[in-house]
Amino acid sequence: MATREIISTGNQLAAIAAVDAGCKFFGGYPITPSSEVMHEISDLLPAVGGTCIQMEDEIAGICATIGAAMAGDRALTATSGPGVSLKAEQLGLAQMAEVPLVLVNVMRGGPSTGLPTRVSQGDILQSKNPSHGDYKSITFCAGSLAECYTEVVRAFNVADRFMQPVIVLLDETIGHMHGKAMLPTLEEVQAGIVPRKRFDGPAEEYFPYLCEADEPAVLNPMFEGYRYHFTGLHHDKNGFPTEEIETCRKLIQRLEDKVALHEDEVESYEEFMMDDADFMIIAYGSVSLAAKEAIRHLRADGIKAGLFRPITIWPSPAKKIKEYTDKIEKVLVVELNIGQFHSEVERASSRLDIDGLFKVNGRPISPYEIVNKVKEIL
Amino acid sequence: MAFNYDNYLRLEKMPTLWCWGCGDGVILKAFIRAINKMGVDQNDVCVVSGIGCSGRFSSYVDFNTIHTTHGRTVAYATGVKLARPDKLVVCVAGDGDALAIGGNHTIHGCRRNIDITMIIINNFIYGLTNSQTSPTTPQGMWTVSQKAGNIDPTFDTCELAIASGASFVARETMLDPKKLEKVLIKAMEHKGFSMMEVLSNCHINLGRKNKMASAMENLEWIDKITISKKKYDALSEEEQLNLFPTGVLKEDTEAREYCDMYKDIQDAHQGKRGKITQDDFKKKI
Repeated sequence: MATREIISTGNQLAAIAAVDAGCKFFGGYPITPSSEVMHEISDLLPAVGGTCIQMEDEIAGICATIGAAMAGDRALTATSGPGVSLKAEQLGLAQMAEVPLVLVNVMRGGPSTGLPTRVSQGDILQSKNPSHGDYKSITFCAGSLAECYTEVVRAFNVADRFMQPVIVLLDETIGHMHGKAMLPTLEEVQAGIVPRKRFDGPAEEYFPYLCEADEPAVLNPMFEGYRYHFTGLHHDKNGFPTEEIETCRKLIQRLEDKVALHEDEVESYEEFMMDDADFMIIAYGSVSLAAKEAIRHLRADGIKAGLFRPITIWPSPAKKIKEYTDKIEKVLVVELNIGQFHSEVERASSRLDIDGLFKVNGRPISPYEIVNKVKEIL
Repeated sequence: MAFNYDNYLRLEKMPTLWCWGCGDGVILKAFIRAINKMGVDQNDVCVVSGIGCSGRFSSYVDFNTIHTTHGRTVAYATGVKLARPDKLVVCVAGDGDALAIGGNHTIHGCRRNIDITMIIINNFIYGLTNSQTSPTTPQGMWTVSQKAGNIDPTFDTCELAIASGASFVARETMLDPKKLEKVLIKAMEHKGFSMMEVLSNCHINLGRKNKMASAMENLEWIDKITISKKKYDALSEEEQLNLFPTGVLKEDTEAREYCDMYKDIQDAHQGKRGKITQDDFKKKI
């Protein structure tokens, strides 16, 4: 596989990835620590005929992004936790109307204004259910500079496959990390682009929301002769509002099942030194880098530790987690929150003895903290 | 021959859920006739509506239509327009939608002067949700959220739009549909942000408790509080106080449109022109 080497930051790589994946629109609002995504893409998009607009607030940022996506563009917005809180209602509309877009959330300390310039992984549960109502979120979490690129590219393809927003989580450490990243070539990325499905038959036979019980809507770009209706209301096969009982039930069940029955298509994780491990650390994002370092030290001390790193956070790789937690007794979840993914590991494993190492003071977790915690458990 | 609306309506959605005697239908018909006279292809039009009675506008007309969340029409429309600058993008919103929850987007749409036509159907009340105070509800009127009488000062939609930088601002009422149609055409043909306020009745949820319980009484009130701009300008300040001027209140054909200006950014990044400087603009501070 051909690769190219880029020296950059996580936030910049996310912007470069979007443009390489064919993104033509960015709508956003400045917020630390994600602003560099907008800074970078404000140069890149106009150069390829695209548009980057700084809107009047976070809500308008995602509204414009959804509008461009409805018109048919691949579209991106980027923000941090407080911005996701503000965008939540529009994410709900994009879930309901099945509009694909990518949202990059560079996580900082919360709740509220929190710790704007410091690292956190406190938006794990927020990204599962940012909006009210039932739907199935898809969320990735980048664990390296290269993944800030590759996961954003994947997010665009997955958004078009499932016709819904996809959230890519970077934590502040990953977003602001500066260094060398080995990336797939542009040709390879472009060859891998899978655009959203479209209907090419006669307009009178087009029903955008008439689909199999586990399939997404087929939404042609606007202005191409297929006139239909977008709404956040419960809607029928044409997108028109309805309260018909069966139609309402089927719609919401389909929003769940189109992802739930195809989880394998989005599942992604890394196993690091897990082959012979009898102690499993679960970590993601920047924390996984500290965990790998810790594992090297632990192994030098004769402790057979390994790392399981979910890359797709939602839907979580629950089956794989269960497989491991069934055979490994000692499990430690390390994260920069008070156990948000830990609770998911408990759920997936059906175990209540999963250990946790949590930190919520805006500072990273060091390898030695992890080493000490593992030794304490043993 | 009478105008045939059928080609522009989603007939399966008829009848509308609007109350008998509601002005929204009159405005919808004027809008359809305006589009027809302009000769724009239905496929090249996008109608974006918000939440409230006016929010249903988009589902009744056979264009590319978006029924957005409460207050966000202009923000969604901005994305649509920037993605496809050659298309006709029209927002339809109510007074609560456009001036309360969505006030910020309305202001900034005007400021950018992006080529969107915004029709604000002002019935002076939250109609769909049963008579709560809106930013245009006259002081002293009864609302369900201020039963002792509304004390909240009101917005003047058109003054707000003018001050915010919209390059076309007009006000009409649903009492004169032909005039409304003409001004709507002007608004939609104007390049830049055009604000089209249309005063309409809600005898059910404004009128009943404010001594105009029939559509006719409510419309007589609208007639009483409006006057053509020409006549309005001849009045003293004191006489102007209780009146809304109608007609085209602002028309600036010089102001640059946002998508056009963004093209300069694209050109600058593509090496087709130099960087944008203060010399590119009339105002240099």
